[in-house]
Amino acid sequence: MSGEGLRAKAAIVGVADAVSPTGLLEGSTRALEVQVIREALEDAGLTIADVDAVCSNLSNGWAASLELAEYLGISPRWTDSTQTGGSSFEIHVEHAAAAIALGLCDVAVIVYAATPYSSFKKGGPGFGSRQAAPGPTPVAEWEMPFGNRMPMGAYALAASRHMYEFGTTSEQLAQIAVDTRQWASMNPRARLQELITVADVLDSPMQATPLHKLDCCLVTDGAGAIVLTSAARARDLRKAPALVLGTGTCHTHAMISQMPDLTTTGAAVSGPLAFAAARLSPAEVDVVQLYDSFTITVLLLLEDLGFCPKGEGGPFVSDGVLAPGGALPANTTGGGLAYTHPGMFGMFLLVEAVRQLRGECGDRQVPGAEVALAHGSGGVLSAMSTVILGTEATA
Amino acid sequence: MSEAILVDVPAGVGERFRPPTSPASEPFWEATREPRFVIQWCVPCDRPIHFPREACPGCLGTDLDFRAASGRAVVYAVSVMAKPANPTMDGRGPYVVALVELAEGVRMLTNVITPDPYSVVVGDAVTVAWEPLTDGRHLPVFVPVAP
Repeated sequence: MSGEGLRAKAAIVGVADAVSPTGLLEGSTRALEVQVIREALEDAGLTIADVDAVCSNLSNGWAASLELAEYLGISPRWTDSTQTGGSSFEIHVEHAAAAIALGLCDVAVIVYAATPYSSFKKGGPGFGSRQAAPGPTPVAEWEMPFGNRMPMGAYALAASRHMYEFGTTSEQLAQIAVDTRQWASMNPRARLQELITVADVLDSPMQATPLHKLDCCLVTDGAGAIVLTSAARARDLRKAPALVLGTGTCHTHAMISQMPDLTTTGAAVSGPLAFAAARLSPAEVDVVQLYDSFTITVLLLLEDLGFCPKGEGGPFVSDGVLAPGGALPANTTGGGLAYTHPGMFGMFLLVEAVRQLRGECGDRQVPGAEVALAHGSGGVLSAMSTVILGTEATA
Repeated sequence: MSEAILVDVPAGVGERFRPPTSPASEPFWEATREPRFVIQWCVPCDRPIHFPREACPGCLGTDLDFRAASGRAVVYAVSVMAKPANPTMDGRGPYVVALVELAEGVRMLTNVITPDPYSVVVGDAVTVAWEPLTDGRHLPVFVPVAP
């Protein structure tokens, strides 16, 4: 059973993101959230008075969406504080599209802001806050004593297993970073815009074998917001709607030592669910936005989502298929590897997928993109969520 | 079972992050004081469970016990940390983080203690060894088994 009942019932009608090539943004996370919500509503031709549903994953205290709605001065009739890390926003889209399809709400806002780079520059914990002692939890008991450098150590373990089982090479992983950087070079807002080679990746400092520095995502500030409404209402709004054609979610573990199979993620479930709901196949996707926390993440997702068979991700990426002009344009902003990565990149995958379908991407526009796939990964390859979006022509 | 292998804490290193215990894992950590290696089992399912839980993740039943484990394992995944992940690992130089699969069939995260960290590869045979913690418990680490 898949969520086919959701097909083309809801649409993303407004998007915004705040990103700087310096990696730094001014203002508090709350101020940034309000800024991108304002911009996303304006993009849609809606106002805050239209919003009756909120999704937020990051809490200052105990209940993310309550705190957000209170700050905005609204009383939503539908709410979602789901927190699965980087995939939270794909899951929010799935939930909100279902709620809209059932008439539980009409206009939903999803928002995210984080400023780990500013925090780090000011002497705060930055991204490393993930390593703070978490209290008497399973991760404290069974992982922290062994000094696995997080998060890259978790992905390094997965990469080592993939290399062992399938012969995947560091050169193949590096090609993903090289291709992604080509997209970043066409994005004036990307943090890293200089082209790189496979040798550059392999020569960059080793973080946790087999992952080098340039296999790893950035740490930047960033914010983004998305507005969804019904497909019917979407047709009267300012921009062309990005219809939610299919979604799927699966989480397999919370900590890496409990992952059932280090070479197969929950995307092997979420992807087929989303394609079934959308009544599409991987070959019909024009542009993909795949969570690139690390190069290995992209490789695993390409296999699990069905763009190539399991184990063949290495050869599949080795000839530039993901680069501009390639058969499967991927991470057209420059991704978490080169565009921005405030800790949870899933928001930016969705924003770019919508912009590609609207034809708003300038130099990096994929010509004639009608179907876009955004796939979020949260935790340590833990929580997977796939969203397939399409233009009006695909409905 | 043969004599437990003890591993010295290298001179001048930071104090390891000391694992908290939970109600379900108390027998595991108590056994490490001797040190003895035990793993939780679900009695009706006749399957090993790791990490220890207050109910079996297969049947949700609470008929659980702890049984002696062989200590034999195979490296399932491995990464060498070029730099210490945090101050608790200061002074250890490059060290091996590994996910090992025990002969009993469950996996655990650990360190493989060896003078040649970059030599450890997936598929290597390893056996349990014990590094003392400051509270009298021991941490289960692994050492290569000579081929």
